[in-house]
Amino acid sequence: MKIAWVIALKEIRTFFDSLTAYILLIVFLGFSGFFTWLYGSDVFYIKQASLGAFFNIAYWTLFFFIPALTMRSLAEENKTGTLELLLTKPISNLEVLWGKFMACLMLIIIALLCTLPYYITIINLGKVDKGVVLCGYLGLLFMSSSYIAIGLFASSITSNQVVAFLVALFIGIFFQILFGMVAPNMNGALGETFDYLSLSSHYEAVTRGVVDSRDLVYFASIVFLSLMFAESSLARRNKTP
Amino acid sequence: MEVVVKNLTKQYNGQKAIDGIGFRVNQGEVLGFLGPNGAGKSTTMKIITSYLAPTDGDVEVGGYSVLQDSEKVRRLIGYLPENNPLYLDMTVLDYLKFAAQLQGVRKDLIEIRVRQMVKVCGLMGEKHKLIGELSKGYRQRVGLAQAMIHDPQVLILDEPTSGLDPNQIIEIRKLIKEIGKQKTVILSTHILPEVEATCDRILIISKGKIVADGTPEELRSQRQGREIVKVKIEDGSADDILAALKTIPSVLRAEPIGGKENYFEIQADRFASPKRDIFKLCVKNNWIITEMIPSETRLEDIFHDLTI
Repeated sequence: MKIAWVIALKEIRTFFDSLTAYILLIVFLGFSGFFTWLYGSDVFYIKQASLGAFFNIAYWTLFFFIPALTMRSLAEENKTGTLELLLTKPISNLEVLWGKFMACLMLIIIALLCTLPYYITIINLGKVDKGVVLCGYLGLLFMSSSYIAIGLFASSITSNQVVAFLVALFIGIFFQILFGMVAPNMNGALGETFDYLSLSSHYEAVTRGVVDSRDLVYFASIVFLSLMFAESSLARRNKTP
Repeated sequence: MEVVVKNLTKQYNGQKAIDGIGFRVNQGEVLGFLGPNGAGKSTTMKIITSYLAPTDGDVEVGGYSVLQDSEKVRRLIGYLPENNPLYLDMTVLDYLKFAAQLQGVRKDLIEIRVRQMVKVCGLMGEKHKLIGELSKGYRQRVGLAQAMIHDPQVLILDEPTSGLDPNQIIEIRKLIKEIGKQKTVILSTHILPEVEATCDRILIISKGKIVADGTPEELRSQRQGREIVKVKIEDGSADDILAALKTIPSVLRAEPIGGKENYFEIQADRFASPKRDIFKLCVKNNWIITEMIPSETRLEDIFHDLTI
């Protein structure tokens, strides 16, 4: 755990040293700000003191934002050979992954903290349901964790960042919309399964203000499984054919 | 701490990169790993550092197996991988600190070790620079510094002097020799003088197999076993001298060297040295030796013969 922190701190520094962090923060705040306050079904259009518009747009912005964040993490190390350096230190594959996961999650948390002025503005405009806002942020955190883990897995299977980005989006799109689209067209157990697999339905459940253990288990298992897959993809070099 | 490699085999897609390699390196020994490109040097090192798993066989470092106790093995080893991968966007100091933390160096010792390594590897002037801004030679030093940051018992260096200038090479060799007095060092190279300068023992591998193992001297004598002497003998007819030389028991073969008068190449019989006999022969016949050049078998020749 301590080692994972060492890696996480190093990753965070790299994010900020390489401008990645600043660019992604600006893009994220720009997009979500634009659609929350200025355009489309923004706050002034729906005339409600709620951050619903923000949560809807952030849900999509993060969907694209996160693969761009994670694509570098392992693919780059694979390509430059630093992965060999890292994995011949007395640390486990999981510690490496966990460190990188925490680094990405911390950057997302920083991005979300930067949207606090939105909340402050909104409470000055009217009465806001604080619980819903809190749950909205919680939902964003959960979905971010899932996509970070998926992105790390995508990054672990290749040494090409573009491939990592596209694979992460490809896997993500199933959870983001496809399962949700398929679910109503199926009946019985199959429909329920797809509905359960759809990340958007769990996200909506959480943002509505209902944090159910079913949803928590869902997000936790995506993180867990993706990191496990990433781990076995790191350990693949060690498999004897 | 000793490294024992037992019957190591590694297959990539059905092709054997190394094939039943076995050797042992003792504490206080510097082992030079020689071989042409693709002979399996790096693969062997990757297995010892437990980056790759062997298809068959095992490696024990200080009694720990890379298969069962890989983490303990990695704790004991300092490793400089091939091509010296580094995080180019970190400064030298940050990077060394990071490496120390990963190696589990005690918190209060990290600063001291980093400072020591900066000094030992001659990085004083560049310690605040980004690694990406450094020249190849300095990067190599950073690679060495991170490998030694935790004062490892076993040091594995894959081509440690590549990219260094002659002065740096001498310094690094001196450093490796120094470390090799107490620790176990395995280094790979294809620069032959380097092996002679730094290594106590040489291991030549070719096509995944060990083809020679011993000290530089042993290899020379094993390979040739026969001294070659070039002599120029004057004051006699070439034919007489040649005939007389051939009668010496310790001489296996004597031939005139083409183009030069009274110049002969003499090959000694195994384990015998004919130099005295040649001298006595000349004294008896009143011939004069004007030149006598013992020619040693060069390591290059051994390498060439074994790996071609």
